[in-house]
This record gives sequence, C-alpha cells and structure tokens, in this order.
Amino acid sequence: MSRSATASLAAFGVNRASELTSTTTDHTTGRVLPVRGELADLLPWGGLRRGSTVSVGGSTSLLLALLAGATADGCWAAVVGLPQVGVLAAAELGVSVQRLALVPRPGADPGPVIAALLDGIDLVAVACPLPPSLARRLTARARQRRAVLIAFGSWPSADVELTAESVRWNPLDDGAETLRRQEISVRSGGRGSAGKPKHVLLTFGEEEIELPLVAGEPAESDEPVDAGPDEVDELAAKRATTRDRPA
Amino acid sequence: MKDTRLLAIWCPDWPVVAACTATGTGQHVPVAVLDGNEIVSTSAVARAEGIRRAMRKRLAESMCPELVTFEHDPQRDARFFEPVAEAVEELAPGIEVVQPGLVAVPAQGPVSYFSSAEQAAERIVDHIATRTGAEAQVGVADSLFAATKAAHCNVIVPPSRTAEFLRPLGVHELDAPELVDLLRRLGLKTLGAFADVPENAVASRFGGPATRQHRLARGLPERPLDKRKPAPELAVAETFDDPVERIDAAAFAAKILSERLHENLANRGLACTRLGIHARTENDEELHRVWRAAEPLTPRGIADRVRWQLDGWLTRERLTSGIRTLTLEPVEVVNGTALQLGLWGHDDERAVRALLHVQGLLGPDGVLTPVLDGGRGPKERVKLVPWGDERVPARNPDHPWPGRLSRAPATLADDPAVLKDADGNEVGVTGRLELTAQPKSLAVKGRTQEVTAWAGPWPVDERWWAPDPHRAARIQVQTPDQAFLLIRRDQRWFLEGVYD
Repeated sequence: MSRSATASLAAFGVNRASELTSTTTDHTTGRVLPVRGELADLLPWGGLRRGSTVSVGGSTSLLLALLAGATADGCWAAVVGLPQVGVLAAAELGVSVQRLALVPRPGADPGPVIAALLDGIDLVAVACPLPPSLARRLTARARQRRAVLIAFGSWPSADVELTAESVRWNPLDDGAETLRRQEISVRSGGRGSAGKPKHVLLTFGEEEIELPLVAGEPAESDEPVDAGPDEVDELAAKRATTRDRPA
Repeated sequence: MKDTRLLAIWCPDWPVVAACTATGTGQHVPVAVLDGNEIVSTSAVARAEGIRRAMRKRLAESMCPELVTFEHDPQRDARFFEPVAEAVEELAPGIEVVQPGLVAVPAQGPVSYFSSAEQAAERIVDHIATRTGAEAQVGVADSLFAATKAAHCNVIVPPSRTAEFLRPLGVHELDAPELVDLLRRLGLKTLGAFADVPENAVASRFGGPATRQHRLARGLPERPLDKRKPAPELAVAETFDDPVERIDAAAFAAKILSERLHENLANRGLACTRLGIHARTENDEELHRVWRAAEPLTPRGIADRVRWQLDGWLTRERLTSGIRTLTLEPVEVVNGTALQLGLWGHDDERAVRALLHVQGLLGPDGVLTPVLDGGRGPKERVKLVPWGDERVPARNPDHPWPGRLSRAPATLADDPAVLKDADGNEVGVTGRLELTAQPKSLAVKGRTQEVTAWAGPWPVDERWWAPDPHRAARIQVQTPDQAFLLIRRDQRWFLEGVYD
C-alpha cells in the first residue's frame, strides 16, 4: 500500500473512542439503525451505528438476525459473497427480503463492488475473504458513506466483534419433534467503549413465525397438485444453476 | 379542435396474433393468451366456443378442451408489432406506438394526403395486410381514448362529434375498475351519463384521478394541451463500446438509460408521456420510434418500452449490425409531481442506484433479489431474480404445503452425505415414510459426527405414498454441537442445509 493511502486510512479508518458512545438522539435521528430484541444489548450503541463496522463470526443466523430490525424499518441490506445464504431462514428471522439484495459472486475484484454498495445500501454484509488493506479501506468507506459494514468472518478494523460461541436447538426426539427454537450464545467485544466484553443468550423462534408474503398473483397457483418429483427436482436444479452461475 | 384529431390503428387480439405468429399456430385453432390463470386475449375461434377475457384458465379449458394457451409476453407482442408499425409509418409519418397492437398518428397528415379519412383508413389497412399479413382496424376521433374506441368499432367519427360517439358506450370502457364499479352502483351505466355529471362534482365526489376519466368520457384530450417543448438537454444518450446485438444486453442498456432519463426528468419535477427512442447502428442506420403513454411513464415503464423497441429492431433481419448509440428523448412531458417515484419511494433511490451500479460492474445476474415462493424445501421456497426483474412468485406461497419444515437452515448446501445406524449400515426411508433404522452417525464433507437425535422424515413431493423406489424425503439431524437438514433422493442422502 502506498504511503498516501496509509495516510488517508489514518484520516478515515481509525476510530475515536468518543464516536463509539451513543445517545438517545442518535436513535431518533436515524444515526443508529434498530436491531431486534436482545441483540441491542450486545451493541454499544443499542443498535447498528451508521458508519461503523461490525464483525460476526460463528453463525449465519446471527448475521441474518442483525439485518432484521433495520430492513423491517425500511433500510436496505446487501449480502456479498455468500452464495449459500438461506434466504428463507433470513425471512424467518425477521429480515424484510424485499429490501435484501444478494451479490453471491462479487468477482475477482470485489473492492469496487462492495464500495458501490456502501454508497447506497444501509447495511452491507461481506462474507468473502479480503486482503487487510482493502478491508480497512472499505471500513473507511462505510464511515464516510454512513453505511454499516457487517463482516462475516474476521476483519482487521471492526468496531465491534460478535462471536457465536454456540448454536443450540431444542432437542429433537427421534421423529416426534422438529427444530423450532434456536439459542445462540454470543460474546461481544471491540474497541473503545465497545471493548467491554458481554455475553448474551439470543433466542429465536419462540413465537409462531408468520412470513410476510410478496404481493402479486402467483403465476400458476394450481401447480402443487400436479408437481411430480421430477418437476420439483428440475425446479430445484434450475434454481441451483441460477445461484451458481459464475459472476 | 382539428389539430387534436387522431387516427388510431388497432390490430384486434394482438397478443393472440403475436403468439400464433411466433409459434406458427394456425387460425382455425382456438387460442387464448393467459396472464397467470386469467385469459387476457382470445382468438375469434375461441370466442365462438364461448371463451372470454378475464375467464379462468380451468373454466376455459373445461369449456373448450382443444384450447391452445400461451403465456402473455409483452416483449413478444412488441417484437411482432414492429413490422406493423413500420408499415403504418410508410404511409403516415409521425406515428406513435401506444402499446403493441395500437398505433396513433395525427389524422391531419394522412387525411389530407389521401383526400378523406375513409380513404386513408382503407389504404392503411390494405398496406398493413400486404406488408405483414396482419388484420387492422382504423378509428378517427378527437382524443386518443375516443380514437381507440372508434378503431374497436372501425368508425371514423366526424370532427367535433366525439362526445356524441362516446355517449352510448358503457362505463366499463374506462380503464379504472374501481371507478367503473362505483359508477355502476350509482346507476351511471354509460359514458354519457358520467359525462353529464359536472366536473367539480366529480372532483369532490370521486377524487382527483376520476377527473381524468371524466375528461375521457367527455371526449376531451387526456391532458390539457401543453405546447411546451421539452428542453433538448433532458435527452440521455449512451454509446456502447460493444455494439448491442443481443436481447439481454439490450434489456440491460434499456434499464440503465431509463433510470438516467427518469432521474433527469424527476430532478425538474417532470415525467414523460411520449418517449422518443433513437438508435444508430454500427453501419450508421438510423432507427427512430415514438411511444405514447396514457399515464406518465415510471422508470419501469420507460425501460419496458425501450426493451420492447430494441427487441423489435434487433430481431428484424433488416438490421445489418449492432446498435452503437441509443438516445432516449422525452417528446412530451407533464408535471411529474403527482407521479410516484416508480417502483420505490424517494428514500430507496440511493439503494436502487447502488444496485444498478453493481449490475453495471457484474452484469444483470450479479445482483439478485429474493421472492418468497410456494413449495416445501428451503431452496424451492425462495426464487432469486436478477435485480429489477419482476418479483412474482412462481407458485402460490399461501397454498397449504404439507411437508413444509418448521424452520429453514441459515446455510444451504448440496453435498453427498452418509447416514449410518449403530451397525454401520446405511439408513434408508421406507415406503411408509419411516426410517429403516436409528441413525447413529453422519458423514458429510469428510467429517463424521455422532447423531444425537433426528426428526422427520417429511415427504418432498405429494406422491410419496406411491410405490416408487425413488421417493424423496427430508430429515433434520442433530449432532452434539450442530443441526443439519438432509434430503434423500434416488436412495442417497444429501446435505441440504446447516442450521448454523
């Protein structure tokens, strides 16, 4: 990295501890994006502060749950480099999927793609490994553009690090039960006032899950009656190829 | 009023004609075009069998088992309409396409050239038939709405008698279902009866949008004439390094350029009602077409028309090379304050622009947006469409789907898995949808884990009870620290998802 780039990193990328505290006005003025339930206790700002970088490790559900509150509140989210993300699980965790964009394969040079997303999308989750220098530049970009950068995996300059220490489900009973309730034990740490480590047990799926549906007539409402196994597999295969198409 | 007289050329049942042309279906076959489950257009033969618009597919098929159906495809309609538009243009310059199947042109030119409206109509109909084989009808009246209705009846309405022509028509001719319903309940069954209601009463009783319909019913032009010529700098143009030759590339170019045009207009509080599309090919061929819309165009509306037009041009064999430059020019603009910002509200504009930017970097398929769909498995229940495409579920998500899982895995997978019992034999699924043995170990991605508990099996398709050895079923499996979703297909287990 050139010297001037390092200098600009110092200008943008380095946090001041004072910025890591939050006030109630931050919430009302939209500087902090809402998160659901107990997740607020994990974050020093009681939500996701615009311009910050949060790293998440150990659980895709935890990553998706972080997007729920803000997207339900009208914010946009993008998930980059996670072709296997379970969108249905995201919806079940409360993410408004009509404001979710997926960039499964950002290509050999993901920098410009992520930078472009940070320009207009409120929450950008990045799941592809990046060189540390690029990661720091993107953190600076998020700060400039008042977006929230959520790194799935380790990140060199995260303000807050959330780590899922365990992901547990209600015990199955050999055919008589089904997975309903998920418990994720999360540890948070970070710099500045975010540095005090906290432990929270997040619980998802206590209540009945009602999925909001996209308005619009289905193209073929009587298909399920006729759909045989071949058709179902074909559909699944078709979807898989769509998802796997190289960028 | 003379300068507002319009000549409308209408091709009956155009979606059916286009579908039959595309597939080579003969005229003697009963044909219907469907949008979802609803019939939007029928052939004369189908109508003779009692098939009507807005009829459900199932009813139509029970009435006429030999009915041939096609999905509605506006792009196909536009593609096959382009030669018709060209044929009209050869006789009457300055045409405007209103929609595939309907062209309008100021009546003055052709009427004075062919000495009468009747002669002009006859020549245009003949010319379309000779050049394209398509059937057409012509109508002349003082407004686009009336001219279109006149074309449906194949009549020339004398000058200044448009209101009189419209009077006996039913209120259902207005394209505003809620208003039509209301008017009918109030006993206003004809356009004349509606026209007799004073304008200020319409505005106060039915609200602003109804006054526009009221203007139509009275035979007045859609909008008060605004002679303001849009400033030339509102036009947007793009020169392509790689000439556009393929439809998908054209669609993408259409989307990007439409957003830019819309932004240009929106910044000045304007919206476009007539859109000029110009293209110049590598061999310097010049193509030009004006589209006219009844409503101010949204970014999606602009993009659709540009895409249809490019498709029409590109699929013509007369084009000798790809499109080098594309220009969109607003030919007529209206005050756009009433127009909602296209698909999304104002706050979403930034997001939309960012996603378009990424599509510019990665291609249209680089950005996907999910639609929750009908089905049972976690993959089936999500349809991923390129950003900007229509978000319509393929199957009804509200339909009861037995065998649906309680929870979906956060990570999807498709890897072979081996599930064994305590004796090391593979666990299968019986015809009664039961596991053949208690699973004790799971091997997936080169790692073997102890199975502590499991749930299921759930059927994957509704024929699981059939005596079919290739049945498919799902189970959830727990290991000491993880939970998985497995699917059995063709007598093998696959990892379908991880509950992480």
